Amino acid sequence: MRDLLSIRETDTDQIHQVLQTAVGFNEILKRPVKKVPTLRGRSVITLFYESSTRTRTSFELAAKYMSADAVNIAVAQSSVSKGESLKDTLKTLEALTADCIVIRHPSSGAAHLAAQFTSVPVINAGDGRHEHPTQALLDALTIWQHKVVGAEDDTYPVALRPDKPFDLAHLTVAIVGDLAHSRVARSNAWCLSRLGATVRWAGPRTLLPAEAHQLPVTVCDDLESALTGADVVMVLRLQTERQESGLLPSLREYSRLWGVTHTSLRWAKPDVLVMHPGPMNRGVEISAEVADGVGGVRSTVEQQVTNGVAVRMACLYLLMGGSGE
Amino acid sequence: MRLVLANARILDPSQNIDRFGDLVIEDGKIAGVVAAHSADGDEVRDCSGLLVTPGLIDIHVHLREPGFEYKEDIESGTRAAAAGGFTAVCCMPNTSPSIDSTAVVRQIIERAAEVGCARVYPIGALTRNMQGDQLCEIADLKAAGACAISDDAFPIQNAETMRRGMEYCAQLGMTLMTHNEDQALTRGGAMNEGRTATMMGLPGIPRVAEDIAVARNVLLSELTGCRLHLLHISSGRTVDILRKAKMRRIPVTGETAPHYWALTDSACEGYNTNAKMNPPIRTAEDNRLIIEGLVDGTIDIIATDHAPHAPYEKEREFDQAPFGILGLETSFAVSYTTLVLPGKLELPDLIRKMTIAGAQVVGIPGGTLAEGAVADVAVFDLAAQWTARAAEGRSKSRNTPFDGMTVTGKTCFTLLGGRVVEV
Repeated sequence: MRDLLSIRETDTDQIHQVLQTAVGFNEILKRPVKKVPTLRGRSVITLFYESSTRTRTSFELAAKYMSADAVNIAVAQSSVSKGESLKDTLKTLEALTADCIVIRHPSSGAAHLAAQFTSVPVINAGDGRHEHPTQALLDALTIWQHKVVGAEDDTYPVALRPDKPFDLAHLTVAIVGDLAHSRVARSNAWCLSRLGATVRWAGPRTLLPAEAHQLPVTVCDDLESALTGADVVMVLRLQTERQESGLLPSLREYSRLWGVTHTSLRWAKPDVLVMHPGPMNRGVEISAEVADGVGGVRSTVEQQVTNGVAVRMACLYLLMGGSGE
Repeated sequence: MRLVLANARILDPSQNIDRFGDLVIEDGKIAGVVAAHSADGDEVRDCSGLLVTPGLIDIHVHLREPGFEYKEDIESGTRAAAAGGFTAVCCMPNTSPSIDSTAVVRQIIERAAEVGCARVYPIGALTRNMQGDQLCEIADLKAAGACAISDDAFPIQNAETMRRGMEYCAQLGMTLMTHNEDQALTRGGAMNEGRTATMMGLPGIPRVAEDIAVARNVLLSELTGCRLHLLHISSGRTVDILRKAKMRRIPVTGETAPHYWALTDSACEGYNTNAKMNPPIRTAEDNRLIIEGLVDGTIDIIATDHAPHAPYEKEREFDQAPFGILGLETSFAVSYTTLVLPGKLELPDLIRKMTIAGAQVVGIPGGTLAEGAVADVAVFDLAAQWTARAAEGRSKSRNTPFDGMTVTGKTCFTLLGGRVVEV
């Protein structure tokens, strides 16, 4: 693997390899001293053209826990318009002897473009509405921990099936919300389906991308058919500007038709896992009770954040060819 | 001065000529076609095994001069034209300043006479500065030498403005060439709406945006009697609207370009901005319907929409990069390779759509080897295989989606008024 640009272009074996490596790093994160020397003397630059707290911090910590030097370049939106082209920026970072570039950008395909201009490995930390591969990988890891290993079991067994250690074949995952604008939904569709899960997409037609049925997903027209028998519900954040741009009549109606609540979760399996890539709009796409785990609904928000660090350590490790422990 | 193109296959759809013989040119004019090896002259060029046709005519190009000479200028653009077998091009008015005044029309005509490797016929803007409201002084533009009127690149959204524009053009006998796009449906769009756009996370440009605008413009043409020419048809559904309009005897013609039948939107994969154009390349089904339209005569013309952009403008985020691709140097070869060689279209039909058909739509001379006509001629080697290389093009820009494609059919040279143009 040279770059990590999208899950669509990542084959199933590589997905297993990243997850396997992440499981190892998850062990390290449980130690009192979390630092390993794996990437000592190497540098990771995070280049963020969009604001982000958790993804950027997660990459930065992942680099630091492996003893790499991490530098963040926060490019304000305003300086992009008057400033340097992506090509020139990438050439500069390469000249600064970066060993890995992590990029987030509002334009779909920006990570692909970046990878064309540099021989340094590029990790896509979210590009427009295209993909967010590390989010899908951490979601897959979280689902696997809960549904295959068992949530309370924090000692990971050696690969359950050596050929397909992260097999999710018996699981149904419903992804609900604004699918048209969601890079998380796209990356998860590819990632989870390659691991064998059945993926459902559900949301208002106005927020469904064209020919969504051509992706490895089943498109559902109402929340009940999406949630019925689901093992996992992934709730997408609804940007409130979707209403202003005429794609939705009101947040109230959106919430009534598509909001994940204790009532709608009754359609799902009793041990359903509720996930949200954050940040949440309580009372819109997810009820406050479900978000806070009231009534025994299992929410994984914090666990996803921890897994994010482990998955990003694994990606950096695999792309930068870190020396073995 | 007597020039003979000897022992060639001479193909002239304007006269239904397709025979072997010698083409005789005297003092820059066509003197006639005679039996092979029978003519003598001051210069005899052996054209054995070659195809001789009227010089190709492209009624839809962007030469970028004045204003955007870093992308292309009249010299480089007509050099690219000559390399593709073209002897005449009609250039679109989205220059800076736009072709909305007689001064710019005259400037382009004069500049082309000085440095052009092909004839250049300016197309005037429909509205001032292409802003979509106040009509240009179209009678003046016509008098100065504009061959047609167009809103290309800035499609008129207001139906009332379009109606008034058509009424005005109709009275002056000017053809109106429309870029057909309902922009309410395409705002923010970067490529064809569909599976590939969804996978790439790019906002789509739906087919229906073109179809709706075509339907509106066709109906307004019926109302006003304006001669309407539909630019760059990309939608298979539009072909059907055009077919029905012609059945109703509405004065409408249509053109497409090679990328609309030879490529699909998967050419955008990998965020290839050299496949980003508007209207966008669509699907295999559109390819099929467009070829059907070419074959049954619904689509009259093959143009290129040659639209140069500098490399630094195209080496950008896909959604930020400008629309448009090159076409002049590859149009004939791609058309011959993808339409004639597989037996979908006869060669005379292809040549007709690339010569006389365009001349008739905009009312310019050329497109014929008739006796007495100005000797604008193209000579091709139909056996030559070559690989299109963006880096080797004559255009100042490099934005072609056909880079690396191996094609058959190569321009040998053109004649412009009987003078050999070698590029």
